[in-house]
Amino acid sequence: MPKSWFLRAGLLTGLLFLYIPIALLIVLSFNDNRSVSVWSEFSFRWYGELLRDDQLLSAAWLSIRVAFISASFAVVLGTMAGMMLARFGMFKGRAFFSGMVSAPLVMPEVIMGLAMLLLFVSMEQMFGWPEGRGMLTIILAHITFTMSFVTVVVQSRLVSMDASLEEAAMDLGARPAKVFFVITLPLIAPAIVSGWLLAFTLSLDDLVITSFVSGPGSTTLPQIVFSSVRLGLSPKVNALATIVVAIVAIGIIAAGIYNAQQEKQRRRDEQMAQQGS
Amino acid sequence: MAEITQSEMRHTGFLGLLQRFGLSGRALVMAVPYAWLLLFFLIPFLIVLKIALAESQMAIPPFTALVEMTEELKYQITVTFYNFHSMVTDDLYIIAYLNSVKIAFISTLCCLVLGYPVAYAIAKADPKWRAPLLMLIILPFWTSFLIRVYAWIGILSNNGVLNNVLMWLGIIDQPLQILYTPTATYIGITYSYLPFMILPLYSTLERLDNTLLEAAADLGCPPWKAFLTITLPLSVPGMIAGALLVFIPAMGEFVIPELLGGPDTLMIGRTLWTEFFNNRDWPLASAVAVALLLFLVVPIMLFQNVQGKQGGHP
Repeated sequence: MPKSWFLRAGLLTGLLFLYIPIALLIVLSFNDNRSVSVWSEFSFRWYGELLRDDQLLSAAWLSIRVAFISASFAVVLGTMAGMMLARFGMFKGRAFFSGMVSAPLVMPEVIMGLAMLLLFVSMEQMFGWPEGRGMLTIILAHITFTMSFVTVVVQSRLVSMDASLEEAAMDLGARPAKVFFVITLPLIAPAIVSGWLLAFTLSLDDLVITSFVSGPGSTTLPQIVFSSVRLGLSPKVNALATIVVAIVAIGIIAAGIYNAQQEKQRRRDEQMAQQGS
Repeated sequence: MAEITQSEMRHTGFLGLLQRFGLSGRALVMAVPYAWLLLFFLIPFLIVLKIALAESQMAIPPFTALVEMTEELKYQITVTFYNFHSMVTDDLYIIAYLNSVKIAFISTLCCLVLGYPVAYAIAKADPKWRAPLLMLIILPFWTSFLIRVYAWIGILSNNGVLNNVLMWLGIIDQPLQILYTPTATYIGITYSYLPFMILPLYSTLERLDNTLLEAAADLGCPPWKAFLTITLPLSVPGMIAGALLVFIPAMGEFVIPELLGGPDTLMIGRTLWTEFFNNRDWPLASAVAVALLLFLVVPIMLFQNVQGKQGGHP
């Protein structure tokens, strides 16, 4: 902890500001009363209503499928783009490419969504594909905006990583493809996993871009949540929020434990290696 | 540098076949993401520009074609600046623009004021505390953005938690109207984008050379003065990076003003949404998008410059 009381107060304020709203949602999700100001009794009523809401459940299932497929494609494209930017040196059009990759990181979503929709409409007019808007167009749009985040994660890992192992493998005659799959890929695996998780989360959570490119038959979870909270408070959303926070917390704790164990293993290996030599 | 050059070796099989056509693995790796981004990122913007110059019509899709074959079998290009004209002459759009700039700017300032002490505290903390503290900053980002914005409805509404606490403390007699005002929008944007300010600030502050501060202390400089003359100027790159990460997306924000801002909080992202979904005026929505993009070109280029420096190429 920092020593100065001013810094401690600043840190505490920031953390309280970030966590009080989330904590409040969790508490309220167990409140039997509809109102946020009246606590009647502890109950799982809203969780029950959430699980009986078929429309919401089918939207959640669609969102999960979309996020899974988009994240998987985004990881492949993002890793390729990260390799290009970190390992291919100066190639023709590098600045242009790096501009295209990083623009979606900050581009307002309304612009991205509108642009994507107009592309799909024009493509359908010209080639007849993709036919209408639905799951496919949502996935294509999500791949495009999430691959940028994967690229940043993978690229920063590659840049901070020593290239000497790859060079050594190449000096020993390994082909570029083999170097990538045997040396580089295992080393950047943690970055690829976090890139996938990031892409999955972003896709699962996206409302604006999805609203532009989705069709009448494909409504995702954020769209359902949005239309219900637009009219004010909706206690079912509290229950949903609590479930999301629980899943994220479990995931983060599991990742933390895994990382700590890996670190321990690595230290042990290093000690063994030193003793052996 | 592991420059993977065109391999000297001749491969057999599939790779060899590709090589014979002048396609190395490297070229393939480059071609796929390049082509994807050209098709799904660059071309869509050109289409937006094209449709911004078309006229609205009652049809599917609801805009006129720019290029048409006339009866004499000549291509006729119809371009209209009507959409841009109506944007400049209608107060609604100008007000929405200015409002967006104001809201994004003030929210960015709030993020900076709130985020700087947090980033500084983490950078100064004991190394073993840094990773868990950073985790705490990033954690909310993994939960749903929409739900985090929604949480503020329960806090800020007239019968909400904040008003109840303030009345219970006896600070106010009547509930304050905060929800559905611009203030709620400021709070929502600051809350949602705070981690984006803290992270780049932290990475700049953490790398700061401590010997400078030690030298200043040795020479009798009080800590506050050392902070103002050394730490603050040296952390400007982090502030710029953080400010851009907040300001640019906040300019086009739709969800936060829609849920928290009430009908009077006009923002350009919301105007675009209304033109598109409620009025079904695609060309006008495109014109709004083009205008917003033109406004954001400079900040986005600046961001890419900062981003490029961080990513660094060998």
